[in-house]
Amino acid sequence: MLYDNLIAPFADFEFMRRALIGTIALAFGAPPIGVFLMLRRMSLIGDAMAHAILPGAAIGFLLAGLSLPAIAGAGLVAGFLIAIGAGLISRSTALKEDASLAALFVISLALGVTIVSLKGSNIDLMHFLFGSVLAIGNAALVLILAITSVSLIVLALIWRPLVLECVDPGFLRSVSRAGGPAHVAFLALVVVNLVGGFQVLGTLLAVGIMMLPAIASRFWARDITGMIAVAVMCAIISSYAGLLLSYRAELPSGPAIILVAGLIYLLSVALGPVGGLIWLVLPRRHLEA
Amino acid sequence: MPELRFQNLTLGYDRHPAVHHLDGLVKNGALVAIVGPNGAGKSTLFKGIVGALKPLAGSVERCGVDGRGIAYLPQVPDIDRSFPINVYDMVAMGLWRSRGVLGGIAGKDHHAIKTAIASVGLTGFERRPIGTLSGGQMQRMLFARLLTQDARLILLDEPFAAIDARTSTELLAVVQRWHAERRTVLAALHDVDLVKAVFPETLLLARETVAWGPTREVLTAENLNRARRMCEAFDESAEACAVAAE
Repeated sequence: MLYDNLIAPFADFEFMRRALIGTIALAFGAPPIGVFLMLRRMSLIGDAMAHAILPGAAIGFLLAGLSLPAIAGAGLVAGFLIAIGAGLISRSTALKEDASLAALFVISLALGVTIVSLKGSNIDLMHFLFGSVLAIGNAALVLILAITSVSLIVLALIWRPLVLECVDPGFLRSVSRAGGPAHVAFLALVVVNLVGGFQVLGTLLAVGIMMLPAIASRFWARDITGMIAVAVMCAIISSYAGLLLSYRAELPSGPAIILVAGLIYLLSVALGPVGGLIWLVLPRRHLEA
Repeated sequence: MPELRFQNLTLGYDRHPAVHHLDGLVKNGALVAIVGPNGAGKSTLFKGIVGALKPLAGSVERCGVDGRGIAYLPQVPDIDRSFPINVYDMVAMGLWRSRGVLGGIAGKDHHAIKTAIASVGLTGFERRPIGTLSGGQMQRMLFARLLTQDARLILLDEPFAAIDARTSTELLAVVQRWHAERRTVLAALHDVDLVKAVFPETLLLARETVAWGPTREVLTAENLNRARRMCEAFDESAEACAVAAE
């Protein structure tokens, strides 16, 4: 009974197994990045970057059809260009970085949808916008696993300057020049992970697996290591439960995964031990000291 | 042997000088108070010394210490207090110069961190997130980080502003210990009585040097009045300075 409900769909169907491996791999790489984005008050940057990937991926599709290297490669290039472009515009004009990103990302989205429609059908467009978890090929799986491995290694290498740049950037500047390179490496990780997420969840939802578990984790842990552990766990649970839900209820799987993550987020806001809403309603007695 | 040499140093913002034609030497191991009214250029001078601000004219020469070998406590540190990091890790960051981006924190480092936390009276607060500290505890933690930095030259910008008497006495003891260890300490301060009691040498600054030397000769009523008068308002239509650049 339990086996039939919880394990059989994955044991019986290869596409379910692939989907699970792909999303769990993503769940190890993207949420830690999301935690840092949130702590640096850059939560919306991920969203903007995810949109920025679309026109690149669409151009890849236009030139080479549904070929993974073309789409992923072109998406990567577009993501980096937008990141650099937003940085340049905000540095050389009066616009702040968030304003220039907001401008660039709607342009990217419109451009991307237009380019995909030039060649493809509405089905292709849906594939680009919302991904196709249940059709991950070997190449895409390898790409996601590689992205996750690289992200975790790079994150470990830049951990100290990244943390210090969030807490006390002035101090970091006074002791080291590592802040700038660490920031650039971090932005690269954001783009790379979104390209990975794009394979599975599409442009519009890739940022969901990065940010929702990360934001939820704030309500469960007080230190950054704990937050990252909670965020990864949330993302894994969302992947598994979302796939199961989509299988049972015949829902589209990408949105199902993100909806489960959204549910975890709402539960965390309501019940989380660190500042959840419930503690406003149920005040605990104050301590002795 | 001098630690710092200022030669006709002019520092400022947008061509308006905030420190004007400063000349002088800070000797190795000196304990110098920098006193002056608000806007006298004390913080600006510190920014010039650490190299965060390029001189408009003249130079500041650091003999034997590079910019990253200076421990600098700004007046308003740019700290995100909502960031989830605890006191211990924050103090450990003082070891950056010896440990860098990847170096491990070894046994003797843990000892140094614990000792630093103990000498500012924060033992027991190691695991507390920095967001839960009071203003005085925050300042104690930043002093502990200065201790782990183990720097030869230490710059303190208004370290005792908005700090209660007990905390400032204890932190002052740390400053005196640095002095006893022959480290060079420069501190911008407002409290003239405290300066007279503790600091052997004083630079009285009001954009230009009013007086620089032994504290009791510098902090006379006459000099303090002169400093107050000299530090007049910033002039939007000031002419170019006539003192020739060397």
